[in-house]
Amino acid sequence: MEEIKININGRDIVTSADRTIMEAARDHGIEIPNLCYEERLEPYGSCRICLVEVEGARGLLPSCYTRVTEGMVIRTNTDELHRIRKTIIELLLSDHPVDCMTCERAGNCKLQDLAYEYGVKKSPFEGEVHVYDILADNPLIERDYNKCVLCGRCIRICREVQGVGVYDFVNRGFKAVPGTPYGKPLQETPCEFCGQCVSTCPTGAITSIPSKGKGRIWQVEKVRTTCTYCGCGCQIDLHVREGKVVEVSSPVMVGPGEGNLCVKGRYGYGFIDHPDRLTSPLIRKKGKLVEASWEEALDLVARSIRKAVDTSGPDSVAFLTSARCTNEENYLMQKLARAAVGTNNIDHCARL
Amino acid sequence: MEEGCNHKHRFASVDDLRPLEEILKRYEKEKGALIPLLQETQEAYGYLDEKIMRMLAKKAGYQLSQIYGVATFYTQFRLQPIGEYLIKVCHGTACHVAGADLITEEVCNQLGIKEKETTPDGKFTLESVMCVGACSLSPIMIVGEDTHGKLKPTAIKKILKSYYGEPKEEDE
Amino acid sequence: MGEERTRYKLVLGYGTCGIAAGANAVKTALEEAVEKGSYDVDLDIAGCMGYCFKEPIIEVTDRERDYSVVYGDLDAKKVLQVLEEHILNGRVIEEWVVRKSDDPSFGEGDFLANQHRIVLRNCGRINPESIDEYIAVGGYQAARKALTQMTSEEVIDEVSKSGLRGRGGAGFPTGTKWGFARKARGEEKYLVCNADEGDPGAFMDRSVLEGDPHSVIEGMIIAGYAIGAKQGYIYCRAEYPLALKRLEIAIDHLHQRGYLGKGIFGTDWDFDIKIKKGAGAFVCGEETALMASIEGRRGMPNPRPPFPANEGLWRKPTNINNVETLAAVPWIISHGGDKYAELGTEKSKGTKVFCLAGKVRRSGLAEVPMGYTLRQVIFDVGGGVREGKEFKAVQMGGPSGGCLPAELLDTPVDYEAITATGAIMGSGGMIVADSSTCMVDLARYFLSFTQEESCGKCVPCRIGTKRMLEILTRICEGKGVPEDMEKLQTLAADIKAASLCALGGTAPNPVLTTLKYFRNEYEDHILRHKCTAGVCPALITLFINEETCTGCGACLKVCPTGAISGEKKEPHKIDPELCIRCKLCLSRCPTESIWAE
Repeated sequence: MEEIKININGRDIVTSADRTIMEAARDHGIEIPNLCYEERLEPYGSCRICLVEVEGARGLLPSCYTRVTEGMVIRTNTDELHRIRKTIIELLLSDHPVDCMTCERAGNCKLQDLAYEYGVKKSPFEGEVHVYDILADNPLIERDYNKCVLCGRCIRICREVQGVGVYDFVNRGFKAVPGTPYGKPLQETPCEFCGQCVSTCPTGAITSIPSKGKGRIWQVEKVRTTCTYCGCGCQIDLHVREGKVVEVSSPVMVGPGEGNLCVKGRYGYGFIDHPDRLTSPLIRKKGKLVEASWEEALDLVARSIRKAVDTSGPDSVAFLTSARCTNEENYLMQKLARAAVGTNNIDHCARL
Repeated sequence: MEEGCNHKHRFASVDDLRPLEEILKRYEKEKGALIPLLQETQEAYGYLDEKIMRMLAKKAGYQLSQIYGVATFYTQFRLQPIGEYLIKVCHGTACHVAGADLITEEVCNQLGIKEKETTPDGKFTLESVMCVGACSLSPIMIVGEDTHGKLKPTAIKKILKSYYGEPKEEDE
Repeated sequence: MGEERTRYKLVLGYGTCGIAAGANAVKTALEEAVEKGSYDVDLDIAGCMGYCFKEPIIEVTDRERDYSVVYGDLDAKKVLQVLEEHILNGRVIEEWVVRKSDDPSFGEGDFLANQHRIVLRNCGRINPESIDEYIAVGGYQAARKALTQMTSEEVIDEVSKSGLRGRGGAGFPTGTKWGFARKARGEEKYLVCNADEGDPGAFMDRSVLEGDPHSVIEGMIIAGYAIGAKQGYIYCRAEYPLALKRLEIAIDHLHQRGYLGKGIFGTDWDFDIKIKKGAGAFVCGEETALMASIEGRRGMPNPRPPFPANEGLWRKPTNINNVETLAAVPWIISHGGDKYAELGTEKSKGTKVFCLAGKVRRSGLAEVPMGYTLRQVIFDVGGGVREGKEFKAVQMGGPSGGCLPAELLDTPVDYEAITATGAIMGSGGMIVADSSTCMVDLARYFLSFTQEESCGKCVPCRIGTKRMLEILTRICEGKGVPEDMEKLQTLAADIKAASLCALGGTAPNPVLTTLKYFRNEYEDHILRHKCTAGVCPALITLFINEETCTGCGACLKVCPTGAISGEKKEPHKIDPELCIRCKLCLSRCPTESIWAE
């Protein structure tokens, strides 16, 4: 891509023509505040928090949406911009239940961060406030549109990334709100419960039910690991509090999943501490499953395979591997079947 | 004289999918045809019924959320059935200045309903609309297909009555 | 237009305004009478002639004497009398005459005499449903000339030379806009005619589409050729059924003639037009929202850049022009850009159509050269304020515009001059207000309109205009506080600067201009709890004039709260405690004995 020169806040910067103002600024350590912007999504330009001044432009421009052009002179931090951003935050808070004390998102909320940064204690505007029922119509995702800032990120991620399209805006103007067709509960929509909407919501409007009340963002330790459900290798952060996983998230734009998770990766962590979980191998003895050591179990398997091969030939044995193994593990299993045992009877659960 | 005729709309039953199929066929090849599809479907059925919308989404390849989003964005679309005559009271600037609020109020009084409601006998549904572009005749009210201009609140009663008095029209 | 010419030609004004005023009954009566009787006439219809205040009207042309008379305020009975007196006996019924072709000073003749009609050149003069009548007045000559004798660059040059600017409101130079679309890379381009005239109080686009659809389509053919677009769209409001119908008829005729489709006008150029019907959303007048709507989505605007000229409909280069702009194009191509530029001011050329409405005596269409003053438009053309009342304000540019006071009546019609006042030229709605119009209520009305029509996408418009409306409503209810004026002002500035599209960006204008020019009315409401215009219910008291009240009881019957009392044939009284100021009694009183203060 063509290299171009721009100037941000008096600094000359070389960037490429396919960058937006926000991206070019961020590349060079200049953060522009934003709300409806999300790296995983197409720019939208609705919140107006990221407005910047561009010399020669008619009015202020959304930096998330506007591409840089040669010679562009940009200012991101003037008094006017500060005042406008503050007004926008005040307007948002004038239709928001400011219940950060008990809000699931406190400490991890873009609106809270903005109010903090711009020193908005209380909105000077009074007027009609929306009162929506809190929708907890399923075991996983709770929607509280009283906290919605209408950034459209839930709608966009469901449509752009998941290709599902559970939500759209319903109504328009002040009455507009994201929603499902005819207000149906999520189970009655094509929702896959991937929780992507939860992951992108910048406020407490969409939250996960299983992690509710289990720990503030600063109370948990994030442990980066790779999701074990399939071979994609999505990076996940286990939110661990007092030795227990209380939530799973995925770091945005990291790893092959770029921060996107499916229902299994995001919500399928209940097995970790589940009482039914197997923690050691079991061997059936006299019709009853009995705990055994790994040595004992592997010995039994090896002996049984050898016996089968000796009496009935290698094709009397078949191997089935799991999608929860890594590619390398699957490769080794295949090697074991073909080279060590001598059979092509190797298959994988993902084919079922 | 087509404009003046008062065709009593006979809407298709939502159990009858033939009109929908006909409409879908007409727009098969047109891109971005969602709005005309919804307009014609509403013309055929009187409103955008949920069952019909589900069918439309499936057959024309739209997400239902998208259809619902569009249907709730534009004021023309209705999710509930309407009365035989739709009364639209214009609230454009000229009509506002000429007292459109009083017109709406008087219609409400006469019919005993509020805006966006339908009379119990299913005769009238009342709506407010933005400028119909006939400002020189303000205030204006449209009943079915008839435009009534230079209205006075005192004239409302008679106008509404005339829609009861008419012999039932039989369209061929 | 029969083979054998009759002596008289009767043309009935048959636009939405005419029909709303009763043109259908007049038409039926005329047709029946002419069918039965033996009058030396033929009948025709035309769109709006502009005399909306005199509808229904007919124009009687005496072909032998090359003379015509316009009759107004007709009904089914009166029109038969016209047939009898004028056609049979040759006697003009003077008292009903609106205009005589040989005496512009007669009747309302100066309404037209003070205009300069280019866009409205054919409105009311030809049958809009007949392509032959359009061709007979020189129609499609300009398109033929452009396509067969000019390069697309020459067409753009000619339009640039004319100085024509976008008549939708923003006033961007049309030639320059076409140049952008021409230069934009891409094989597939689109041309869109924006006929989503949504400003309450503006109806010039409707009148042009109803009265002369072909001139708009011809403009589109020329524009399509100039920018290299082979597909045109007309995005027209669904609220304009007659305009839609006449457009459909016109496009049908054009297909039959080979003026639309493949290889038009004998060239190898293809151009076709599709009509897209709006579905009720004011914001769709905004370019990017309009395109979203054509694509079948919610009409929510997108930031610009990218501009439609580069990334428009289906991400292809797209040029969008307003109806009035396009209707002027054929005239410019036929007469030359220089001729058009002879009219107007330094930066605003040609003519502008205004819709006069509200408390003006002659409401209707007024096309005047740029540079005319507002006074000339409202008084010379519009005939001043109705019932001899005093002029208070003119609201220009609808919800995006502003209210200008009498002191500014000498402002010329010019984009820059109007903008300097705080109003905008806008699409051309002019609502005249007199002493009975409350300016705070008017500002509140416009805010409630924009609030109702806000798409909800961006925060300043969605919540900001809502909060402004709430403050204004409080003021109208007598609950305003002095700080409210300051609050409105600063919030308005931020909304203007931060909104995503022009709807939000201009929504505060009616408030800002009324604060600027009619601050005293705000102060009256807030500090003195008075609405001097007698409009805001919470701030008025209703009285009955005991001297003129005849005790007919009409008010008593209609009062919903039983606040009115009095014996029959005795003067009545209103109990201010019970009165809810709905003013129903006021509208019922036959002797105008009730007033609000």
